[in-house]
Order: sequence, then structure tokens, then C-alpha cells
Amino acid sequence: MSPVIGVLAIQGDVREHAHCLTELGAQVRLVKTAEQLVGLAGLVIPGGESTTMSILAVKNQLIEPLRELRAQIPMYGSCAGLIMLANTITDGRSDQQTIGGLDICAKRNAFGRQVDSFEIDLKIPAIGEPDFHAIFIRAPLVESASDAVEVLAAIPGERSLTGSEQIVAVRQGNLMATSFHPEITSDLRIHKYFVEMVRSA
Amino acid sequence: MANEAKKDAAKTGVTGTTRVKRGMADMLKGGVIMDVVNVEQAKIAEDSGAIAVMALERVPADIRAQGGVARMSDPDMIDEIIKAVSIPVMAKARIGHFVEAQVIQSLGVDYIDESEVLTPADYFHHIDKWQFTVPFVCGATNLGEALRRINEGAAMIRSKGEAGTGDVSNATMHIRTIKSEIRKLSSMSKDELYVAAKELQAPYDLVCEVAETGALPVVLFTAGGIATPADAAMMMQLGADGVFVGSGIFKSGDPVKRANAIVQATLHFDNPDEIAKATRGLGEAMVGINVADIPAPHRLAERGW
Repeated sequence: MSPVIGVLAIQGDVREHAHCLTELGAQVRLVKTAEQLVGLAGLVIPGGESTTMSILAVKNQLIEPLRELRAQIPMYGSCAGLIMLANTITDGRSDQQTIGGLDICAKRNAFGRQVDSFEIDLKIPAIGEPDFHAIFIRAPLVESASDAVEVLAAIPGERSLTGSEQIVAVRQGNLMATSFHPEITSDLRIHKYFVEMVRSA
Repeated sequence: MANEAKKDAAKTGVTGTTRVKRGMADMLKGGVIMDVVNVEQAKIAEDSGAIAVMALERVPADIRAQGGVARMSDPDMIDEIIKAVSIPVMAKARIGHFVEAQVIQSLGVDYIDESEVLTPADYFHHIDKWQFTVPFVCGATNLGEALRRINEGAAMIRSKGEAGTGDVSNATMHIRTIKSEIRKLSSMSKDELYVAAKELQAPYDLVCEVAETGALPVVLFTAGGIATPADAAMMMQLGADGVFVGSGIFKSGDPVKRANAIVQATLHFDNPDEIAKATRGLGEAMVGINVADIPAPHRLAERGW
């Protein structure tokens, strides 16, 4: 049986994540209501606008069910999804609610506005060679992470514009998140890594 | 940020690529982009769950009523809105006015709308959008127009509709036309695509790409005349990736309620119970003008070439 993996479909690049998961043999369910969360083996929180996603998740009574679920099934968030899974955020609206679960502090729009969005090749040991071509769009950054958090990828200091290392992919137990968007490339390795997490959970 | 560091693009990453421009529009999908003229409206839009705001001096209904030349907004006003909200901010430049676009880019706006709602600055040429780091959205009434804009570098398309009317009929016609022309291309044999490109007045390579994938290579929103939750949901059911709402919200009786309702209806576009719930107790919609009553030279959708 292939696992049923949900994609939170409040807003964002839902279709692209659904496509990646389907390619990897998972069954995909788009989730807009709490009822649709029942029976999922994993959940993806897509790229999009975290402010909007958070406001609409609250309005549609999804935040609490998602908080309960994050302890039960694997979740993966890209970009806005990383913010949704962060325990704390900076540079967001003061009332911005998240699902949480990752013991990190995420900084919104850490690289600047849209004109600063960029592409770069990253080393990600967990998925092996070659480098992963990562797309960052108004992307957040993991400013700090507790010892419980495994860093999957970082832009090394000598390649970052600030000169210091920037953490852009993390995992803590069943939760993982990336600042960048693997779903808008044709490289499925990040999704494959997540589907394997779901299968072995 | 250090310019020297930026020079070594291969090392520190490349900005302004087609992928980051088109990808930015992907992140807006399923959302509502609202026209706002001040900070207060921008905050109402953000609180309602709008995915982005369009900062402009006058909403289309007022541009229509007041007449005169409509231009880019005051940079101070755009700055204030950028400061006031955390969602992306868009702004409009006149068709062909590449210097207005340069100014808007320098303000740090996230997307530029080269818009027929403003008075065109060039009746022959649109802006060469490849010259910019910031992405552009452009209006289109049919597939040929959409592909010409994409060829000039547009990273997102919105069907035009007829802005400032509250009459959704043109928006419907334009999204239907674009979608149906795409379906037609998909069903053609390869040797028919040469003439199809000629008839669409669109670049052959883009025509082939659409025929093969059955979709535009960029995100497609709708705009122009959307005034109710049901209007927004209908656009989504017709295959739009999201909607722009201009005058429809802030020219209505209760903008806060209507903004919320249109966002909810866009999210639950395929669920009539939710659309009904969103539609209750909204107060008056914008009064509106029938597109058929507007003399042809005053129709904004006919601007653009």
C-alpha cells in the first residue's frame, strides 16, 4: 500500500508538491479542512505566503488539529511551510501563529524582497551527490536551532552574502523543513527523502 | 548587501532568473490580490488573508469616474504600504513606461503590473521585461496576447476583464477564451502549429510549449469586474490560479466583511456551502456599470497590443 500523504491546500504551490509526491508513488490528498487530516500518513506544507497561510489556517480551524497531528505523523514544510513548523519566528506579524514543532527560530524574508530571490547549488549529505539546485523565493532562514535539530543543509559562510553560515534545511524527528523550493525543480531527492521518512514512520 | 559579493553570482547565487520570477507567482496561487490605496486598506487586506496587495493611487472605478491620465503611484505611498504589511506588495506601471517600472523596482516592490488600468505610455511597445530583476504580471484577453507578453518577459498573466465595473462578464469571457484556445492547441497535430502561431500572432516556440504541456508556462490569475464571493469562486472553477480584486472590495458597503468573504470563497471555490456562508450578510456590493453600457473607446481591456 502506498501511503496517503496530504498537501495543505490553503494556498501556495500545492500542485507542484502533489506532482512530486505522485511521481514517487504516494497517494496524495489535498487538505483544506480538519476532517481531511484524518488518516494521513504524512503532510506537506507547501510554499506560499506564511502570513496568509497562518491567518487562513486560524480562520478555518486548522491550527489546533495540525498541532496535534505534528506529534503523530511526519511533516515537511518548504519556505512558508518552514515558518509554519518553526517554534519561533522573527520579522513576522506579532500575532502570527504557527504549527510549531521544530525547535528553531525562523527569520522571515531573511534574504530580502523578491528582487533578492536567488538560485544556488547546495551540498545536502542526507540526499547524496550531486549538489542540489535550490530555489529561494522571498525565503526564510533558520536563525538558530537547538541541539535537538539536525542541520541538513547550510549555505557556507564563504558563499553567503553575509559572510556567515546560513542554515536552510533542518530535521527534528518526524519534522523536516527547507527554506528553498525543491517542488519547482525536477529534482525529486528531497521529496524522496520525505516519503522514506513517511514509509519508515 | 555588498555589491562585490553579488558580482560573484555563481558562488553566492543568481538573482532575477526566470525560475525565481515565475516561482514567485507559484507561491501566490489560490490567493486573492487586492487593490489598496492606503495603509488602512492594506491592513484590512492582509488581515482578511489576501496573498498580496496592489498599491495604487486610485482604484479602477475612481479612475473611470474621474478620468484624466492615470499614472504610477507616489513612491511615498508605496513605501508606506511596504512598511505596513508583511505580505508581498505589487504596484502598477503604465503600458510601455519602462522608467516607471525602473522606479518601482528601485522601491523594492515584489511584482510589477504593467497595466491597462493606467493610461498607456506607448501605443506600440510594451516594456522589455527581461531587463528587470523584479518580475512582471501583464493582462491578456486571449492566448495570443498572453504569449506575446510572456515573450516580452512577463512571469505571470492575468486575464483582463473590465476593471472598475463590478461586471464580471468580461473576466469570464477572457479566462474562457484563454483556456479554450489552450485546449485547441493541445489537440492539434504538430504540422498545424505553424499556422496556429501565425493566427495567434504569438512566437512559434511558445505555441509549441503550450500545445505540449496543455498549460501556460506561467501562472494565470483573473482580474477585472470581480465583486462577489461567487464571482471569485467562478473564476477559480473556470481554471484560474487566483484572482485580483480591485474596486470590488473597497467600493462596497462593508470592505472588511467582503474582503474576508472573497478570500474564503476563493479558498473553498468548489464548495457551494462555504461560498453561501461567505456570501451571507455582506451588505451592498459595489454599484457597478454594465460593460455593454461603456462606449468602446473607454473600455480598458482593449488597451494592450
